[in-house]
Amino acid sequence: MAMAALRREGRRLAPLISPRTITAVRSSPLYPTLEDEGPLGVRHISTQVVRNRMKSVKNIQKITKAMKMVAASKLRAIQTKTENSRGLWQPFTALLGDLPSMSMNKPLICADVKKNVVVTISSDKGLCGGINSTSVKISKGLHKLNSGPEKETKYVILGEKAKAQLVRDSKKDIELIITELQKNPLNYTQVSVLADEILKNVEYDALRIVFNKFQSVVSFVPTVSTVLSTEIVEREAESGGKLVDLDSYEVEGGETKGEILQNLAEFQFSCTMFNAVLENACSEQGARMSAMDSSSRNAGDMLDRLTLTYNRTRQASITTELIEIISGASALEG
Amino acid sequence: MLRRALGLLPRPIAAARARSFSTDLPAAHTADATFMEAWNKVMPNMDPPKTPLSFMHPRPPTPSSIPPKLTVNFVLPYDSELSTKEVDMVIVPATTGQMGVLPGHVATIAELKPGVLSVHEGSETTKYFVSSGFVFIHANSFADIIAVEAVPLDQIDANLVQKGLADFTQKLSSATTELEKAEAQIGIDVHSALNSALTG
Repeated sequence: MAMAALRREGRRLAPLISPRTITAVRSSPLYPTLEDEGPLGVRHISTQVVRNRMKSVKNIQKITKAMKMVAASKLRAIQTKTENSRGLWQPFTALLGDLPSMSMNKPLICADVKKNVVVTISSDKGLCGGINSTSVKISKGLHKLNSGPEKETKYVILGEKAKAQLVRDSKKDIELIITELQKNPLNYTQVSVLADEILKNVEYDALRIVFNKFQSVVSFVPTVSTVLSTEIVEREAESGGKLVDLDSYEVEGGETKGEILQNLAEFQFSCTMFNAVLENACSEQGARMSAMDSSSRNAGDMLDRLTLTYNRTRQASITTELIEIISGASALEG
Repeated sequence: MLRRALGLLPRPIAAARARSFSTDLPAAHTADATFMEAWNKVMPNMDPPKTPLSFMHPRPPTPSSIPPKLTVNFVLPYDSELSTKEVDMVIVPATTGQMGVLPGHVATIAELKPGVLSVHEGSETTKYFVSSGFVFIHANSFADIIAVEAVPLDQIDANLVQKGLADFTQKLSSATTELEKAEAQIGIDVHSALNSALTG
């Protein structure tokens, strides 16, 4: 009863305060009176805007939550695969060593490693934290490190995201771009075809594969694997560098030692690539999962704040209206 | 046979050489110092990336006497079948023929062909059929076997092998281009290796 009376009073008073919204008020009794009033309705804060905002935040939260779930389930599948593939590169590193500093440690050898190729592995899709920019930054660092007179460093890019970042400032150094790697679940055959493609199209003395190694859902280690070409390996072994022990190995089969070593280098590249691609895919899912988790948490916080603001403004406008009505009524009586 | 005999000698060759193998990495030597230094010079604001070596367990140095067991790593792209497992002997199908590997085998790099890989451990023998790959035998009695595909021999269906062999034989006879011929030849090689592995 009292409310109805107040509402009637309110309607009677409304035109005095804002003559323009009168129709809006009638047509939508749900909304509080006097919305979006601009300079005239300064006393009343709009709740419509807040309500729209709340709706969109809620939708965003729903989306991020769903993305987190998807990333989590994908992660589980790919994590076991990645962990199983970790044994694959270890024999090669044990045999051929790990020489990221090749081309800069010895001035004599330095001239030999002329063609460096940086293979940057990134994801095709975004919303996965900083993993792509990390690998791009590392690749740029390697490029800087290995560039100099008589040396050239080229990029081979895997994935849409590194492409977008590297095309901007080093377009002329990009040799090959491969995208949509993860359309189908990754397997060795696919990656070895890819490695073959890279080896066929790019001339190299040293290949440096840049990827994010998966450690846990929240931590990824940017890593560089180095694959040297056969000539470099042989020269290094003969000249008594770090690979000197390779000479002591007996090489079985094949016409020449070089032939076997060539096969070995190619096989090493495909195996290393396979592990790198898996590690990076795994890191991507992990990063996406944690990014989506934190963004749905943020959306929740924002929603809480907005709800508070919304309720407060609603309460404030009701109180103001009441005061107006009461004071108006008492003025008439008095 | 001679190859194995070399390993059984008291190793004057290995003892004379004080140089260590690339596999015997001291534990502290996990990162390449030159690389770190160079990186920090060029990119002072960023940590240098890690290298695979820092994720690996260091391999032990070559012992002075021959260890009683052979340490085997047998890896596939999708699995690590054996991981630092100590066995008595492995027989690998190298391109030059079956090769028995005992502890103290001379350091070797060999390519694999389709065939049977058998792992002897005490009285037990595990047999796998491997498609292709590489084997590295290190001087410290470590053997790394990398195969593209391997299945335990008891999981192979003999009927399907016969059928596949017949299929590829027919394909070879009807092949017109060099590529087709080569593909059919590979198919025949693999299937006949499978066949002989099952029967022999």
